[in-house]
Formats: sequence, structure tokens, C-alpha cells
Amino acid sequence: MMERRLYRGQTFGIVAKLREVSWLYVALLALLAAVGYTALYSAGGGPQPFANRHALRFVVGLVILVATALTDLRLIQRLAWPLYALGVGLLLMVARFGHVGKGAQRWIEIGGFQLQPSELMKIFLVLALASWFHRASFERIGNPLFLIPPALATALPVALILKQPNLGTAIITALVAGAVFFAAGVRWWKFALVALLVVLAAPIAYHHLHDYQRARIETFLHPESDPLGTGYNIIQSKIALGSGGLWGKGFLNGTQGRLDFLPEKQTDFIFTVLAEEFGLIGALAVLFLITLIIAGGYVIALRARQPFGRLVAIGITTNYSLYVFVNLAMVMGVIPVGGVPLPLVSHGGSALLTAMFGFGLLLSVEVHRDAAAESERETR
Amino acid sequence: MRRDTRRTNVFTRRALLLGGIEVLALGGLAAKLYQVQVLEGTRYALLAESNRISARLLAPPRGRLLDRATTPLAGNRMNWRAVLVAEQTSDVAETLARFSALIPLSDHERARIDRELLHSRRFIPIILRDFLEWEEMAQIEVNAPDLPGVLIDVGTTRLYPFGQTLAHVVGYVAPPGEDEAEDEPMLALPGMRIGRAAMEKFHDLALRGKAGLVQVEVNAAGRVIREISREEGIPGADITLTIDSGLQQDVMQTLETESASAVVLDATNGEVLAMATTPSFDPSLFNSGVSQAQWNEWTKNRQTPLINKAVAGLYAPGSTFKMVVAMAGLSARTITPGERIFCPGYLDLGDTRFHCWSRYGHGALDLRGGLKNSCDVFFYEVARRTGIDAIAAMAKRFGLGVRPAIELPEARTGLVPTRAWREGHGHHWNPGDTVVHGIGQGFLQLTPIQLATMAARIATGRAVEPHLTRSIGATQSPGAAPGDWPALDVPAPFLHMVREGMWAVVNEPGGTAPLARLDLPGVQLAGKTGSTQVRHVSREAREHGHFNSENLPWEFRPHALFVAFAPYDAPRYALAVVVEHGNAGAQRAAPLARAIMTDVLLRDPAGHTPDGGARLAVRAGAAGEATP
Repeated sequence: MMERRLYRGQTFGIVAKLREVSWLYVALLALLAAVGYTALYSAGGGPQPFANRHALRFVVGLVILVATALTDLRLIQRLAWPLYALGVGLLLMVARFGHVGKGAQRWIEIGGFQLQPSELMKIFLVLALASWFHRASFERIGNPLFLIPPALATALPVALILKQPNLGTAIITALVAGAVFFAAGVRWWKFALVALLVVLAAPIAYHHLHDYQRARIETFLHPESDPLGTGYNIIQSKIALGSGGLWGKGFLNGTQGRLDFLPEKQTDFIFTVLAEEFGLIGALAVLFLITLIIAGGYVIALRARQPFGRLVAIGITTNYSLYVFVNLAMVMGVIPVGGVPLPLVSHGGSALLTAMFGFGLLLSVEVHRDAAAESERETR
Repeated sequence: MRRDTRRTNVFTRRALLLGGIEVLALGGLAAKLYQVQVLEGTRYALLAESNRISARLLAPPRGRLLDRATTPLAGNRMNWRAVLVAEQTSDVAETLARFSALIPLSDHERARIDRELLHSRRFIPIILRDFLEWEEMAQIEVNAPDLPGVLIDVGTTRLYPFGQTLAHVVGYVAPPGEDEAEDEPMLALPGMRIGRAAMEKFHDLALRGKAGLVQVEVNAAGRVIREISREEGIPGADITLTIDSGLQQDVMQTLETESASAVVLDATNGEVLAMATTPSFDPSLFNSGVSQAQWNEWTKNRQTPLINKAVAGLYAPGSTFKMVVAMAGLSARTITPGERIFCPGYLDLGDTRFHCWSRYGHGALDLRGGLKNSCDVFFYEVARRTGIDAIAAMAKRFGLGVRPAIELPEARTGLVPTRAWREGHGHHWNPGDTVVHGIGQGFLQLTPIQLATMAARIATGRAVEPHLTRSIGATQSPGAAPGDWPALDVPAPFLHMVREGMWAVVNEPGGTAPLARLDLPGVQLAGKTGSTQVRHVSREAREHGHFNSENLPWEFRPHALFVAFAPYDAPRYALAVVVEHGNAGAQRAAPLARAIMTDVLLRDPAGHTPDGGARLAVRAGAAGEATP
């Protein structure tokens, strides 16, 4: 059995591998992208300027996804640290040459393509951490000294992202890393210790926050105090959601979105366009689809037989669900607004392609689920 | 392998835990969605509507003022203007500087713009320049990119075709004050004006009309996307006045350079046919704010061009008051018809001697003679016998000392004193006071329109009230028919005697106002002069005979007055003329009255109505005279 699976995972032809790809999962992703197309069609008042470009990017993303899915997981594992180094390099480049947008250096241009290295960095960090813990025996994970290198590997990019400054992504990056640590089996009390440190450090950190970040937190606490200033986004977003009601105003009939009351409706606030036009029913349907995609990620994680694949699947899925949660909680006014798009739905090439790359890794774990990585055996 | 299984178990447990947390978090969001979309949905739906819909007022065109033949006296004209929306430019000062480089703005305009910028909300357009010429508009359009926030729009502005001729009757409009705009949102619209004087003020609400309301869908930037509903406003009503604009022009020309006023009434119904005051002013100057220099010029002018002297100029009536004194005496039976009173040239009362204007006296006169000669002693004596309260009561019946019904906010009540009034001010009423009031001096303060009303009431025996409004929109105002007015509470024979006296004043040899005699065949004018001192004449000056008012500085000369009605045998028109500091009514006011009445009779303004109306044909009468 073992031999056969090993054999199958390593040398199966492309056609055989393609057969192993979970096309059901790809269909779920395509369905979500179609939801995005619908929302962007409404946000743009037609196929232009958002919807068709979104569709095109999804097709490009699909190619990346399939290519990644077919890539041997062990190759990915070998590339984990070099990719991590690349990510850190890109972050340093952003700090040096990055474009300033909304008071922060977040993206760089490579061949006319805008890239947010922090997005890629999260995935590369997941790969690096998964690769680190892959080798570890249960006992070694219990050894605090063993945890110092991955902790530092997490701290470096988080610090660089914080410096951009991009608080939201930094927190998501830290949480994703935490999920990998957790799934790898790090003790509960160690998380509690880190959490305590964070709570103690928060007031000091608040001091060092940028004014706009503080403003966001304050508006979050009192959105109605400044209805035309920073609180405007949250209020208009809630009006859009609320006025959608149970059944919505109908496709292309959302007044909040079509009359531009919604800020950045094609990116961060795309969900409100959907919720306004399709109501609670439509919003819950989208939420259900997203839940299926997350659940699918966990199924892949649980089905994978080697630790690297499992941890990658956990990291990627957690990254995605955090994205979704932060975005939705943001538009509902549950957490401060933070420039986090809704993957596969929001307009934006970099984010979509990064997400498809992530899902490609997830599917690669699925395709190579039975291939016991040799390095694991070596460590035994 | 065991360890590996344990590790797998830990992983499975923790993966399920992580997945559970994530799905639970999404469930929490679903619950939040339910709260926002269903539980609070109605509230947010309302907010979305109020976001989306913006109600805008449509300014109705202001109603016109028309004369009795529907000639426009106040209208509207298109006004292409440059406006600035402060919120659409980042630097108001810079935009203004660029604008004035193209179209120079005077200091006065700059001051007004700065004032409006300070007081208006930033999205309310402020008018930079009215009445743009074609080239100016082209210049603004060409330079539009350099002039953010500057737009050209079209509004209406008030147009007064008769200008100075009717300024005091028509009044003027001016921008509303801030507090006024708060009470009536329509007034906040750019270019809205409200009536500030005379008919424009009195009929302001009717002229203003009702604003329309258009509900538009706006986007977040406030730009109109589409119209949802439109409720047309009601244009202001056109108001037809009783004025005859042609006559008015003639009267203004007749008064010319005097500081004077004249009122011509239709004596049968109180319609004001002409109401002239000189000097006058240009009412359109108020449209966009009067400059300080202009304002100073007006207010410092001794001839008070802004004041409508016909209704707000207060004068002692002088001898024109003698008819009232006569009727008071007749009513009180202190003098009987035909009774003669001897005038030695003065009347002694206690230690005081009251002079007649004629130093040599008039001898024995009856009432008719007293009026004809305007004998002061005769009326001193009648007043002395009758008492001030009876005289005041009679004066009120003729509309003196009573606020006239005229629709001019500026109209004043004047003063006809009574014993109680004097005592209310802490003084005693002396018998000498009564005597002085017998010749229309003392505390008496009356306006020309009151004198004209008096003349009309004497002429027709009806308690007509002067009024200016014939119709508002399609609604006729009451008072056009003589039957609308009750008979005066004065016995007809008394009125007749007074009219005879007034006829003699003008038409009998020896009367005081031969200069008022008409040169029209078959039509005669009856009237009464008046000259009222504005300064006490010292006894020495009078007795030494070197008193001559012509030598006084202008502002100390007596006022010249004349009241009249015509035709004598079938009274139709009444008038009052007051020439400020004109010295003597007989010399200065009587010829003006004659000229005006001649014009009135030849024009027959009562016939100048949109619906025709009964014509009094002087010319036909003249023809009849020639035929017999």
C-alpha cells in the first residue's frame, strides 16, 4: 500500500495527477468567483470596469492554481525556506522602494504588476513553519528552544509588515503563524503566555500607532461621533447591509452602492453590495459557500498523511478564513476598518492571484496527500 | 509509530478545534447579519432613503405689479450671473482673485461677496456678478478650468420699467436677511428677494408665490442622478394697482425739482390714481445691495428721497384744515349757516393777540367768505367756540389723524390733538391752543394722503379709504365701486356749504387761489390753499412788517399746500399737493394742483382699466359746451 501510494504521489503522470485534483473544490472556488463577478458587475454598473477583469484574473488564477496543485509537495517543501527568504526580501524592497498608498508603503510594481508582498509573505511563512515543524518529533516540539527559530521567523515579517504600516495584515500574519504552531502541537500555556505579553504590550503599541490607525480604532468605538469623517464608511456600510433587509433590493437595485454612498465598494466593501441587493438570504448563501470552502480545507488537512501537508493546509485555510472574518466583521462594524479584501470576490489582481496560489498549495496537499515525505522518514 | 499516532491525534483534535472556531466565528457573523438586516432593517432602509433622496426647492417667479391698465410697473428679467460655490473650490481667495482678473470686481462688490461668504453655508451659491454681458460669459466659460467653483446660472431679477417715477409706490426688493431665510427655506435660494418697501413689501407673500419641490436622487457627491418627483410651485400672483402710470409720469414731471408730493384719488372709491414724491430714487439699486456712498447720499439729503412723503411726510395742514373746523362748528351749532363774523385783522384772547394773514382784516364774513378769503380770524373764532375735541372728532371723520387704509407699510397716522392727548402728556390745554388749531396749526401733523382723502370725502360725502390694490391675481379687491363705501356721517348741507366755499376760493374773483382755476370749458375745480409755518414768526418781525418768508433759508420757509376736487358739479377726482418749504400754497401749490387736475381730467384715468369702465368725458363735455 505504502509503496504504491508513494509511487503514485511521486511519479504519476500529469494526466493521473489531474485526475487527483479535487475538481469539486475548484468548482466551489469558481462559484465564489462568480459571486464576485455578480457583485462587481453591480458595483461597476455593468461588465466594465470591474467584473470582466475579475473574470480574466480568475482564469489566470486558475492556471496558477492548477500548476501549483500539480507541483510535487516535496519540491514545495524544499523551496519553503528559499521562498521565505524571497518574501522577506520583497518586504524589505517595499520598505525601500514601495509605493505609498493611503499613508502606507504596501505594494511594489514588478513588470507593471502591482504586488503586495505581505500577502505572499503569509503563504511563504506558512510553508516555512510547516517545513520546520515537519521535521520535529513530538518531544522536540515540547522543547522551548526548538520554538525560538520559528518564533523569530514569524516575528521578522510581522515586524516588517507593522512598519509599513499595516496593522491588519500584521495581526492576520501573526494569527496564521499561531494556527500553524497550534496545529503542530505546541502547548496551550505557551500560547497563553504570548497572549498575555500581547495584552501587556498593547497600550505601549497603541502609543506607537499611526494617527490614521488610532482614528480607525476610535471610530470603531464611536462610529456615530463623526458621521462625515472616518465613521462615514462604517455607517454607510451598515446602512447598505441593513436596508437590504431579508430579500434584498434586487440585482442592480442597491441604492447605497449604485449611488456611491459605499466607500471602496468594489474592494473592501464588496460584500455590502451583495447584501444590499440580495438581502440576508443572499448574504447567508455566500457565507455558506465560504464555510464549505473552509471546511474543505480542513478535510484536506485531515486527509493529508504527512505533517508538512497538514500544516500547510491548516495555515492556508486559516489564512483564508481570517481574511473572510476580518473583511465581513469590518463591513458589519464589528471590528475597525482595515483594508482587507474579501478573497475571490473583491476587485484586485494581486490579492486574487495570491489567494489562488494559496488554494493551489492546498490542492497540492490534496493531490500528494499519500506521498510520505522522505525527510520525515529520514528524521526517524 | 505510537508517537506518530499520538502526534496525529493531537493534530486531528487541534485541527477540528481550529475549524470549529472558524466556522463558529462565521456563525457569529451570520447572527450579526440577521441583526443588522432583519431586526434593524427598517431603520437602515429609512436611512438609505434619506441618503438617496434630496428635496430641492424650485424658486417661483415673483409676481408682477401692474398699473390699472395692466402696464407692468415691476417685472422680472433674465439675469445671467456668475455664482461661486465655496465648497467646490479648495481656495476661495485664489478663485476670487482669478475671477476678478477676468471681470474686475469693485470694492463694494468684494465687500458684499466676503459678507455672503461669511454668512452662507458652503454649498449655497453666492452671486459674484449679476447681469453678465455676452463677452463676460464667454470669458468665464473659456477660463472655467482655472475657476473651480465658479458657475454661470440664470436667475431672474426685479425690473422696474418706471424707475424713479413709481419708486415710492412700487417699493423695492432686497436680499433676505439671515433670520428670514431660516423661517422660510425658499428664501435661502440664490437670487431670492423679498419686498422691502411699499407694495413690494405689503404684498410680498402674494408676490412671492409658493416654492415648488423636486425630489431628486443624489449620489454620495450630491450630484443629481435622476428626478423622482416634481411638484411645481405656484408663481407669485400678478397684482394690479389702481395707479395710472401715464398720469403718474405727468405728475412727477409737474412736481419736477420741488421737494414735494401729490396724491390723486378717485374721489368716488378712494383708488389712488397717482402718488408722486420728489425727489425720488432708483428702486433697482436695492436689488443687489446699495453702496454705502449711495446710501449716505440718500439719507443725508434734506429732501429725503427715500421717504414717501405722500404717506409718511407729516405737515401741519394750515388753512386746508379750515373746512373741518367749519363743519365741526356747524355740527356743534356754534356757528349757524349764514352767520357773519367780523374780522378786524386779529383776535384777542386774554393777553394774546392772534393775527389774521391780512393785516387789515376782512370785515364781516360768512362761512363761504371765510373759506374764500381763508380768513384766519373767522376760523379762530369758530374754533374758540367749538372746542378742540369737537374739531378732532370731525377731523377723524375725514380720515385725519387716523391711519389710512392705504396698503403702504410706510404710511403714518399723524396727529390730531385732543384735550385728553395734551393732558396725557402732562400739559394743560389752553384756549389759545384751540384758536391756533382753527387755522390748522399747532400740534396738527397730517400726511398728504390724509388731506387728499379729506378732499375726496368732502367731494363725494362717502367715507372712501385710499387704496392701491385693484386685484391680486384674478381676485378683485373690494372697494372699486362707490357703493362699497358708506356715506359720511356729516349732514349733506354742511358738506355742500364747504364745497361752495372751496369753489369760491378758486373760481370767484377775490378768492385766494385764482392760479388753480382750470382752463377747461365746463369743468371747474374747487380747492383750498394752505401755508404752514415751520418756524415761529416773532411778533416784532410781523409788526414791523419786514417779515418776508422768501428771505428765509430754504428749510425755514413755510410749506405750501393745496387740496382740491373736480369737477365741481359732479366730483370725481380729489387731490392734495404739498410743496415742502414752498412758502405759500396759493403761489406754489395751487398752480401745480391746476396742472395736475387738468391732466387728470383730460386723461380720465378712471377709464384706464383693463375692463374699460365708465368714462368721464371731459372732451365730450367740452364738445357739448361748444354745440348748444
